[in-house]
Amino acid sequence: MCLGIPGQIIEIIDEKLMQAKVDVAGIKRPVNIECIVDEQHPPQKCIGDWVLVHVGFAMSRIDADEAQRTLDLLQELEEYQEEVEAIKSSQKELET
Amino acid sequence: MKYVDEFRDPAKAKALISQINGLKEKLGIKDGAMPIQLMEFCGGHTHTIFRYGIEPMLPDWVEMIHGPGCPVCVLPMGRVDNCVELAERPEVIFTTFGDAMRVPGSKKSLLQAKADGADVRMTYSPMDALELAKRNPMREVIFFGLGFETTMPSTALTVIQAKNQGIKNFSLFCNHITTVPTIKAVLDSPDMRIDGFLAPGHVSMVVGERPFDFIADVYHKPIVITGFEPLDILQSIWMVLSQLAEKRCTVENQYARIVPPNGNPAALNAMAKVFELREFFEWRGLGSIDHSGVKMREEYQDFDAEVKFAVPLLKIADPKSCQCGEVVKGVLRPWECKIFGGACTPETPMGALMVSSEGACAAYYSFGDIPQLLAKREQQIKINIKDKSA
Repeated sequence: MCLGIPGQIIEIIDEKLMQAKVDVAGIKRPVNIECIVDEQHPPQKCIGDWVLVHVGFAMSRIDADEAQRTLDLLQELEEYQEEVEAIKSSQKELET
Repeated sequence: MKYVDEFRDPAKAKALISQINGLKEKLGIKDGAMPIQLMEFCGGHTHTIFRYGIEPMLPDWVEMIHGPGCPVCVLPMGRVDNCVELAERPEVIFTTFGDAMRVPGSKKSLLQAKADGADVRMTYSPMDALELAKRNPMREVIFFGLGFETTMPSTALTVIQAKNQGIKNFSLFCNHITTVPTIKAVLDSPDMRIDGFLAPGHVSMVVGERPFDFIADVYHKPIVITGFEPLDILQSIWMVLSQLAEKRCTVENQYARIVPPNGNPAALNAMAKVFELREFFEWRGLGSIDHSGVKMREEYQDFDAEVKFAVPLLKIADPKSCQCGEVVKGVLRPWECKIFGGACTPETPMGALMVSSEGACAAYYSFGDIPQLLAKREQQIKINIKDKSA
């Protein structure tokens, strides 16, 4: 109930009722998009957008740049970790 | 799945754990000292922590406390009794999210009421309940709305649509609860010693970052708004610990891909239009908390099941043996409760936290090593008796 699931808006069903068809993990169902439209994002402009769907409502447009920024940081940490492990194992090799 | 799988990469989890371990010295942790306690408020986080085995990955000087943020778990028994009574009216189709079906009332759960012949239907969305009302004009369709600010906009928008479309046989039984007064109640409890918080990501998506400022400004605790994948949780734990190590406390947002700083204005508008604060709301395990729930405004009372069916507000005490209150405050660990795994199990829950898979006790029961936990409890009891007699 409280967990959202990412989906992609594929068509607008009813602009007045703010209803769009969203592909959520392969299931296509009507989703209310009232919370993610405004003057800059009228319904027709939402097609193709990735949104987080909660109980049949699109509650947030997923910010692709922010997602990338988080992943980049995690990637850096992973590479840093690999470096550290390489240094450690090299030291071990020298000691044996 | 896009935006899901990439936040579950084990190599990155390992790197984050190594970062967390690296903070031990900076935090001045001495061996054998009391661990740092971090609370994840939200039941969704609790679920991720158990499902992905995050606790065993953490060093022993970090302890996760599983907070009260599972709306199904904290639903008081009197409210469930109200639901059952509404559902048993012959004209009523009673609809709800699936999670609420098994919550025990003082007599029965909604699932048992359904087995006894009541017309109870699980719906994924409140909009589906509205659609049922349109298709069944001779019946009264009630949607049982519960949840924090995450689900509040969806029921508010559904009620607004019902009003706009003149669907008179639809009503909402409103049991929504609010996050901030509840966190405050936890912070104000005298036996609380939590060092930092993971803030609920999807509540924040609606309300934004600012409502959590008081936790840093007034209570001087770090708090990080957190997503729901395992890497989100680990990154946030690292961020809270980093704040503690640097002696900072502020609201940080790990979940910026979903949570804008100001939340969702359209959702907040819809909520403000339909709902207003209640004086207080009763919680399972926590008792009554001021302003911790909302009711429907007078303009929408034609769609308010509480008014339409004159629902009496029943007050039914939690079973005496339950220690849910101590568990949600982090004073007791779930398995330290006297009835955990004995009288109280997910099949026959006594206490709130055993009800939903997002509850701390149910999570321990499903994912933990039960014989080992119970043995640990026995041992603690023995030590306590020895201490007392010494």
